[in-house]
Amino acid sequence: MRISLRHLHRAYGSLHAVHDISLDIPSNTIYGIIGKSGAGKSTLVRLISLLEAPDSGEIFYDDTRVDNLAKDELITQRRKIGMIFQNFNLFSSRNAAENIAYPLEIAGVPKDKIQERVKELLELVGLTGRGKAPISTLSGGQMQRVAIARALANNPDIIFCDEATSALDPQTTRSILDLLKDLQKRMNLSVVMITHQMEVVRDACEYVAVLENGSVVEEGKVIDVFAKPGSSITKEFLANLAPLVEDEQLKKSDMVRWSQEGGRYTLRFRGELTGEPVLSRIQKRYDVEINIRAGGIQHVSGEEVGTLICDIIGETEEVEKAVAALQLSGILVEEEGMQV
Amino acid sequence: MNILITLVWKATVETLSMVSFATLFSLILGLPIGILLCVTGPIAQGGIVPKPVLNNVLGRVVNVLRSFPFIILMILLFPLSRIIVGTSIGTKATIVPLSIAAAPFVARIIESAIKEVDPGVIQAARAMGSTTFQIIVKVLIPEAMPALVSGITLTIINLIGYSAMAGAIGGGGLGDLAIRYGYQRFRPDVMLFSVIVILVLVEVVQVIGNKISARMMAKR
Repeated sequence: MRISLRHLHRAYGSLHAVHDISLDIPSNTIYGIIGKSGAGKSTLVRLISLLEAPDSGEIFYDDTRVDNLAKDELITQRRKIGMIFQNFNLFSSRNAAENIAYPLEIAGVPKDKIQERVKELLELVGLTGRGKAPISTLSGGQMQRVAIARALANNPDIIFCDEATSALDPQTTRSILDLLKDLQKRMNLSVVMITHQMEVVRDACEYVAVLENGSVVEEGKVIDVFAKPGSSITKEFLANLAPLVEDEQLKKSDMVRWSQEGGRYTLRFRGELTGEPVLSRIQKRYDVEINIRAGGIQHVSGEEVGTLICDIIGETEEVEKAVAALQLSGILVEEEGMQV
Repeated sequence: MNILITLVWKATVETLSMVSFATLFSLILGLPIGILLCVTGPIAQGGIVPKPVLNNVLGRVVNVLRSFPFIILMILLFPLSRIIVGTSIGTKATIVPLSIAAAPFVARIIESAIKEVDPGVIQAARAMGSTTFQIIVKVLIPEAMPALVSGITLTIINLIGYSAMAGAIGGGGLGDLAIRYGYQRFRPDVMLFSVIVILVLVEVVQVIGNKISARMMAKR
């Protein structure tokens, strides 16, 4: 199901939690919404998932307007949405199977059908035979699996994940993301993931919107945003991605030796470019030396995005030419100092 | 000795019947009020359908009734007892003021037990399309059950105390026995025996309540 947001506003007193957000979330894909705490992402997800009404603006599921539904219609619509949360929010008074049964019970599904469906769902999330387990005996990953099964019980078109992996360790996060990706493909779901972890966006999402102070500052395919981050907040998120962090000690000693000789550059390039010897070509054509400090290649929705942190040493004029040539060949160049 | 046992036994049965009926009726009165207090409260405190004015008025009424001295409430309610059970003295008549005195207490206890339910869980239930009634019956009450049981235990213990007090104005039961025989007829043995039975009752209720609550927690 396609989701369209038009000029959404939501304020709490004088705080504009969501400020004029318009987004188109395509059907049948995983869409990430990333932002720091306080960026407005929790409010945004409560608006899109119809838990809260916007002050102004419109929300459409496909072509149906859903932000102004009457109470009964709202309840019917909510039953077609699945939602999972950071703290799982499972019912401690119910065991795993009874938790998964809840949305079916409230929708009035007959008992024997519920049992059948619950069994299917337990299997789907890899918890076959654990139905009778009390919630407190499950690990974090298992709890989130129960929550996912519960969210899928009513065959929803949309799944909202509100920081769904933030309480999990990296390994469990990966397994939950893999499960969500798999389910998304198998059931043609539209998944909206709210997160503050760029790793989640990189590993699971096809599209991303970056939120800051209640507004969208950047939006597009993840691969494009990774290759060409347009806002400082996005660059900050990218810089905090694990593999590119430099050894602080090394950085210091290098800075001392090269501080007179040239700036520091971050090069980002995508796809086919990762296989080409662009740098050595540049080095041959212009009178510069390129000194690579750190680098790496990340896999983003099946494509590669490379990042190199390097110095370009030479006459100012030659360096400028080299940078221009790099940019011309499709590489995004950021100079230190320009980068936040 | 035989007479003493007969007397105390009869009084114990009276106390038990007063306390059981009063517990039942105070729950019937207090439970809906407690739930109403909680669900109409502010969203931040687990309110699912905030109604500030209703919540405020209800809260004040409950507070006034709660701070009302029981003995005075009982005297004030004599006419009501007469209307409902046809008399204003004895065990049956005492059930009326006991229930009404305990109801606001029950309401507050239910309210605070339900407020303990994780707001995230309530949010999840709403997101799945639960009606308000479904949230109350299928989420709030089951989730709060161990706390509710502790609260009900406390209510029963309070009612045992109140019922003894009711004895002072002809309410029947162990308190009545202790005062009429022990105090007015100088029978310290009756007084002592009655008090011991009351203490034992309280202890038994407390132990059973704790056990039930603990067993519920263990299953989670």
